[in-house]
Amino acid sequence: MTNSVSVKQLVDAMEDITVISGEEYLNRNIPVSDLSRPGLELTGYFSYYPQDRIQLLGKTEISFTDKMTSEERTIVMRKMCQDETPAFLIARGMIPPEELIKAAKEKEIPVLSSPRSTTRLASNITNFLEEKLAERLSVHGVLVDIYGMGVIITGDSGIGKSETALELIQRGHRLVADDRVELYMLDERRIVGEPPEILRNLIEIRGVGVVDVVNLFGVGAVRLTKSVDLVVNLELWDRNKEYDRLGSNLDSLRVFNVDVQKINIPVRTGRNLAIIIEMAAMNTRAKAMGYDATRTFERNLEKLIQKNSMENI
Amino acid sequence: MEKHEFHVTAETGIHARPATLLVQTASKYNSDITLEYKGKSVNLKSIMGVMSLGVGQGADVTITAEGADEVEAMTGIQETIEKEGIAK
Repeated sequence: MTNSVSVKQLVDAMEDITVISGEEYLNRNIPVSDLSRPGLELTGYFSYYPQDRIQLLGKTEISFTDKMTSEERTIVMRKMCQDETPAFLIARGMIPPEELIKAAKEKEIPVLSSPRSTTRLASNITNFLEEKLAERLSVHGVLVDIYGMGVIITGDSGIGKSETALELIQRGHRLVADDRVELYMLDERRIVGEPPEILRNLIEIRGVGVVDVVNLFGVGAVRLTKSVDLVVNLELWDRNKEYDRLGSNLDSLRVFNVDVQKINIPVRTGRNLAIIIEMAAMNTRAKAMGYDATRTFERNLEKLIQKNSMENI
Repeated sequence: MEKHEFHVTAETGIHARPATLLVQTASKYNSDITLEYKGKSVNLKSIMGVMSLGVGQGADVTITAEGADEVEAMTGIQETIEKEGIAK
């Protein structure tokens, strides 16, 4: 599923962006996260004009237009204002040429302004748009931040995901999303999860109903987004199934070409899932930091076996 | 009570993988099953216990099964041990 973002969302999210003209056209759609910085276009070269991008004009561009005649400006600005063009953005709080505002109005395109430098503006907007336009995947599960590790708890309905999350919150960890986690790729190595806006801070406990975690536990008990480090899958204990006893079978879940480590935890009466998951998170963190208990143990065992074997000869 | 002696032939001894296999097999039965090595006896259903012995190649170990399904248990364990080339 591909998302769309409107110019209004961008303006609302970026405090430093103001609208110079075309306030009524802010519902225009921004289809791509790339920006365009028209340069050669100002000289009349439009063969490769990326018209569906936000057009960002900085000091160089504005000062160049000052050198053009009014007729030239009118022609060029009209060409820059295409049906798909989402908006124009002027950096460093500079005044855009009147011809641009006029041409933009004709095509119902808003013109925005920001006091920031062009480079900074470009990077802020790209980050915002990439996050908003990234492909999203919705998974059924609970995302909790445990000691800084983003852990998604998955499993069949009714197995106790939310109840486990509740206990984790009570133990001081933070809820990110209950029931539905929206995932997107932040970069080549990181997957980030967040709740759909309507479910933010909420958790549903069977028999109790919908609970607002912020209300009951305070703002320290929630997080808006979290990168995902571990997937913990809860499943009913199956007598005939073999579970990993040593932690040496590494499983993973592939999300948008990123492998996220995954462990299966069998659920049985009397197992305290919250502390098991808490420990799994800590252990994953320890491994990432270079402390691998399984491997160390296996190495020590190897030495012991070797020593014992020598005695047998 | 079923009792059987084995001579460990596996080059790596009873390392993580063979230990896991033994424990998995033993866990299928209800009988109490123990592994004895150098006078120390551990529960064959406990992986940490089995590995803590550090049984090496050439060691002699005794496996004991006691319970309602002790005969089936011993047969099953023997099968695993032979199939995996852990001991004779």
